[in-house]
Amino acid sequence: MNPKWSDMHYDVLKEVGNIGAGNAATALAALLNQQIKMQVPNVAWLPFDEVADRLGGAEEPVAGILLNVESDAPSTILVVFPLQQAYFLLDILFSRPLGQSDTIDEVGASALEEVGNILAGSYLTSLSSFTGLTFVPMVPAIAVDMAGAVLDYVLAEFGQIADQVLLIETEFQALGEDIYSYFFLVPKADALKAIFAALGVDYT
Amino acid sequence: MRKKRRVGMADLAVAGSPEILVTIGLGSCVGVALYDNRARIGGLAHIMLPKANGPLVSNPAKFADTALPLLVKKMEQRGALQRRLTAKLAGGAQMFKLERATDTMRIGERNTEAIIEWLTEENIPVLAQDTGGSWGRTVELDTETGEFLVRTIARGEKRY
Repeated sequence: MNPKWSDMHYDVLKEVGNIGAGNAATALAALLNQQIKMQVPNVAWLPFDEVADRLGGAEEPVAGILLNVESDAPSTILVVFPLQQAYFLLDILFSRPLGQSDTIDEVGASALEEVGNILAGSYLTSLSSFTGLTFVPMVPAIAVDMAGAVLDYVLAEFGQIADQVLLIETEFQALGEDIYSYFFLVPKADALKAIFAALGVDYT
Repeated sequence: MRKKRRVGMADLAVAGSPEILVTIGLGSCVGVALYDNRARIGGLAHIMLPKANGPLVSNPAKFADTALPLLVKKMEQRGALQRRLTAKLAGGAQMFKLERATDTMRIGERNTEAIIEWLTEENIPVLAQDTGGSWGRTVELDTETGEFLVRTIARGEKRY
């Protein structure tokens, strides 16, 4: 945990997560034609080794969609579906009976990238209106593999300057709780300063 | 069931026969196993970045240029000798195909290069290298035999 932070810093970032995720949930609901439930965002400084635990462990198979975000508050967005959830999602997207998908081919990979794109785009749109900052998502890329391997590239960017990473995390659920995904907004080095400054919060 | 010890991301550990050292979910990170065949002592590091940036290194196990000397030192404290050490490594993948291939995106490749460079300088022979590609790896070092197991999700497993 960053010792200089008060509850207010965490509350502000939770609000950032809430506002972004609310809009993203609406977009996902429209895309899937399903009701989407959203958990209260979780804001935490985590040691690198504990990030994968959030996803069920470093060896858990997942589909991760990565987007770099260009901005005054440069960030990375990572949307992670545990593999079985990614299959369910593809079944819904392609109107197949639930449980039919058991692989992610090129078409499936593009579809998941597009889901990542839609989630990130809607999240960032509301983040822009909330903060007045500009956020431009870059082209998404997908990796389907062990959670640790999908994450370490994102973490390596922070490794040069820190041993912990700040995650603003939201969990989305559809079809009751059968489909869930994790949405991480990871602000880069100076991004937090920019976000707090934009919202008038002291940050040293 | 043999005793297995897990080495976390940006961490390292030393063990003696018959313990097995494991590190899981390597993407751009590289797992480096050093082994002294005579003393049957092994060391495993889960390296995240090629080079430490300046003198303020909070966690030396994170960087190739600080993790490897530390690993050798810890192995020598357990009775290994640097001149008997051999190395096997795996990982250093590029998990995401992003459009602009800037330097940070080649992190896996740069990790591997830094490790090979250090091992070469220190005259530690590299007996096996399973690096690159775009897939994750889990590795195990058997300190009884020096065998290095590399597991993947879609590409099976290999023993070196």
